[in-house]
Amino acid sequence: MNDVDAIVIGAGIVGAACADALSERGLRVAVIEHDTAGGGATAAGMGHLVVMDDNLAELALTSYSVALWREVAGERPQRHEYSNCGTIWVAADEEELAAARTKAHTLSTFNLACTMLSPAELYAREPQLRPGLAGGLLVAGDGLVYAPKSTRILLDRAMRRGAVTRRARVTAIEDHAVVLDDGARVEAQHIVLAAGTGSRALLPELPVQPKKGHLAITDRYPGFVRHQLVELGYIKSAHASSGDSVAFNLQPRPTGQILIGSSRQFDTVDPAVEPAMLARMLRHAATLTPALAELNVLRCWTGLRAATPDGLPLIGPSGARRGLWLATGHEGLGITTALATAQLLAAQMQGESSVIPYHPYLPHRFR
Amino acid sequence: MTSSATTLVLTIDAHTIDVPAGVTVAAAIALACDGVALTRRAVGGAARAPLCGMGVCHECRVTIDGRAHQLSCQTLCAPGMRVQTLGGAA
Amino acid sequence: MKYFDIVVVGAGPAGLAAANAAAAGGGSIAVVDDNPVAGGQIWRGGPQQQSDIRAGAMWAALQAAPNVSFLPHTRVLYAPAPGQLQVQTAATAGSAGSATTLHFNHLIIATGARERLLPFPGWTLPGVTGAGGLQALVKGGYPVAGKRVVVAGTGPLLLAVAATLRERGAHVVAIVEQAPLPALARFAAGLAATPAKAAQALRLFAQLRGIACLRQSHVVSARSNAAGVLDAVRVQRGKSGAEQVLDCDYLACGYGLLPNLELAQALGCATTVHHGQTVVQTGSWQQTDVPGVYCAGEGTGIGGVDLALVEGRIAGLAASGQTQRMQAALDERAHWKKFAARLARAFALRPELATLAADDTIVCRCEDVPHGELRAHTSWRSAKLQTRCGMGPCQGRMCGGATEVLYGWRPDAVRMPIAPARIATLIATADV
Repeated sequence: MNDVDAIVIGAGIVGAACADALSERGLRVAVIEHDTAGGGATAAGMGHLVVMDDNLAELALTSYSVALWREVAGERPQRHEYSNCGTIWVAADEEELAAARTKAHTLSTFNLACTMLSPAELYAREPQLRPGLAGGLLVAGDGLVYAPKSTRILLDRAMRRGAVTRRARVTAIEDHAVVLDDGARVEAQHIVLAAGTGSRALLPELPVQPKKGHLAITDRYPGFVRHQLVELGYIKSAHASSGDSVAFNLQPRPTGQILIGSSRQFDTVDPAVEPAMLARMLRHAATLTPALAELNVLRCWTGLRAATPDGLPLIGPSGARRGLWLATGHEGLGITTALATAQLLAAQMQGESSVIPYHPYLPHRFR
Repeated sequence: MTSSATTLVLTIDAHTIDVPAGVTVAAAIALACDGVALTRRAVGGAARAPLCGMGVCHECRVTIDGRAHQLSCQTLCAPGMRVQTLGGAA
Repeated sequence: MKYFDIVVVGAGPAGLAAANAAAAGGGSIAVVDDNPVAGGQIWRGGPQQQSDIRAGAMWAALQAAPNVSFLPHTRVLYAPAPGQLQVQTAATAGSAGSATTLHFNHLIIATGARERLLPFPGWTLPGVTGAGGLQALVKGGYPVAGKRVVVAGTGPLLLAVAATLRERGAHVVAIVEQAPLPALARFAAGLAATPAKAAQALRLFAQLRGIACLRQSHVVSARSNAAGVLDAVRVQRGKSGAEQVLDCDYLACGYGLLPNLELAQALGCATTVHHGQTVVQTGSWQQTDVPGVYCAGEGTGIGGVDLALVEGRIAGLAASGQTQRMQAALDERAHWKKFAARLARAFALRPELATLAADDTIVCRCEDVPHGELRAHTSWRSAKLQTRCGMGPCQGRMCGGATEVLYGWRPDAVRMPIAPARIATLIATADV
């Protein structure tokens, strides 16, 4: 590993996207990963590609990135297991329906196709939803990929351009260098830290906290739901800054299986599935799709999201070491925003202009 | 046909058959076609049949009384049961 | 919620022996099994139907004991907390099935074994089953009268399967055993140490007269007819390696037994490697390293019915505090453990069996993942993530047994649920 321009720490979806973007610009890239590529939060997550509008910066990043995904995954949809299933935001009451209208208005200012759904239109599309709902909002451009495969595809693209990978654990980051667990020291002009919740082990001062989530996947029940389903009440639970919460999130995988989420816990890094937390999440999901209770779950697992205090990722110079860049802290939007993250990072590194402003994601906002 | 103490009547796809009480649904499927019990379609589309006979392999999955993914090798036949094989819908 | 002093998981010989021994201790006992009928695999069809008189006697004693409950159709899914098991009963006619939490002071894991099936071209054809698999199906009423069956693989199980099939009117075309003659001869000679087993073997041979028995032979491929169903197998014979085609309607093929460890692993019990196989680690009273949890039978190492019975008895006595009655059982166990060691040595798998799969041979049957895709990976985990091998409803039980032989992989840690679980069952935890 001599004469490397950029070392990427972490071969998850974000690291792989960065390796792809940097190698595309002619940089010689080395990716260092201690486990299997895409094996961390990338494998644990839902792989959704979803536009989120909690604030303008999030909307800009997610809509830019989802558009990039449609290009990349659209080239070889089967390889990514890409599905353009769209998202329906479900409104349980008039208050949530009003929130849906606001969201529709916001998204349309970004030219994102969205359609308000009356209750009849909602049930015509999703008959498994419980009666008594107020309606919903269909965002047609959303979709999903199978993230471990997408990670592999991005890494392979980088490797075809000469990028190399090394299986090792980084134990320290120095100015323009990393130290590995076998004692080796590798130098490069640029170091990119894309290690998710593992990033804090290398930079303890990073404003990144692990947020545990539970997931479950069913056997094959094709057609049970046709779109990704999220409740508008999601926003209330997802951004609680402490405590445990669950939210309704169903996703139809191309296999016909249903992926069920989501939950958030701040106070633990134990990867074990907690039966009580799982039960709470599934019970909540079943209140919105009652027939879900009769389906079989094949697997349950957990993952740790890397969360920042303001819910936006860290994309830019770290300031803690010379040559060190951050690409981490993506919370529940790592898959969605991986491609945009890589483009914004590459633009900053090369001094290019970027498609959207990168200022809101700069790490120095937390100093 | 009606069920008696020692036999019972159930439906397997389009066939109505008479089987001895105490046999499994997997056995009934084989009895209905006088051959190998074809139970489910694999991901690639090929027909599969029971393999392990003891509820481990899940190849013997059929739909019973509208409920999908039931293990036919571990389910005893019951009078009036409706069994659908090879992923066929009612 | 149900409360028991002792829960026994598995109603095969080990579980029934454990419950029988524990019953005299007076505590409340539940025997849980996912099958409709007790007996496990060795006594499949019910303990009252067996020629082994111990089965019927034990069952009658358990029926008569007021403190023993039998919970059939019931599968254990996970432990919501120490001292608890979440179980669900299968949906049957007219009932959606139910979920409940069993609370216990002592747990005896007697979950038995499953077959190791190895992939070869055509093994996914309808008509190909496990060896014990076809026997289990037949004991559930599966029709084989007048059908031609090739019994193949390895182990004394093949003889028992062939005998059962003959009794049910099948025409057993051949028994194809991969072990070579010298290993089989040594095993046969070793039966002198277990006269009852020797007598059983002689009876079996008498029942199997006229059936071709091939040694050091294995099935290399299975062929289908125009309807896509099995109609012949190709066998590689003995030292010569000559190939022979055998026409058949069924191939009952199994390469030995693997302990069902998932429940023990889910509870955190330590495992160890014994005769090349991962088994639950137990002490002299069948106790695991988890307080209050015991393991008996195939889970501690494949050893057959006699070892299972005595281990079950020891666990049952220990769990119910009747330790003063144990000595005879401890002596007997030592005797049967030697038999188990002879079994493992005789029927070790020849390396050729790991080379039968072609690139397009399916290895993970749940997700249709072929050998060609898997062999590029260096670990179970990476293969699972990229190909979905092991992500199906069998939770890696079938392909795990094969990938260990083919690629040397060890599967991941076990996660709950240890079998597909109705969401209603998982939700019910919240009520505990």
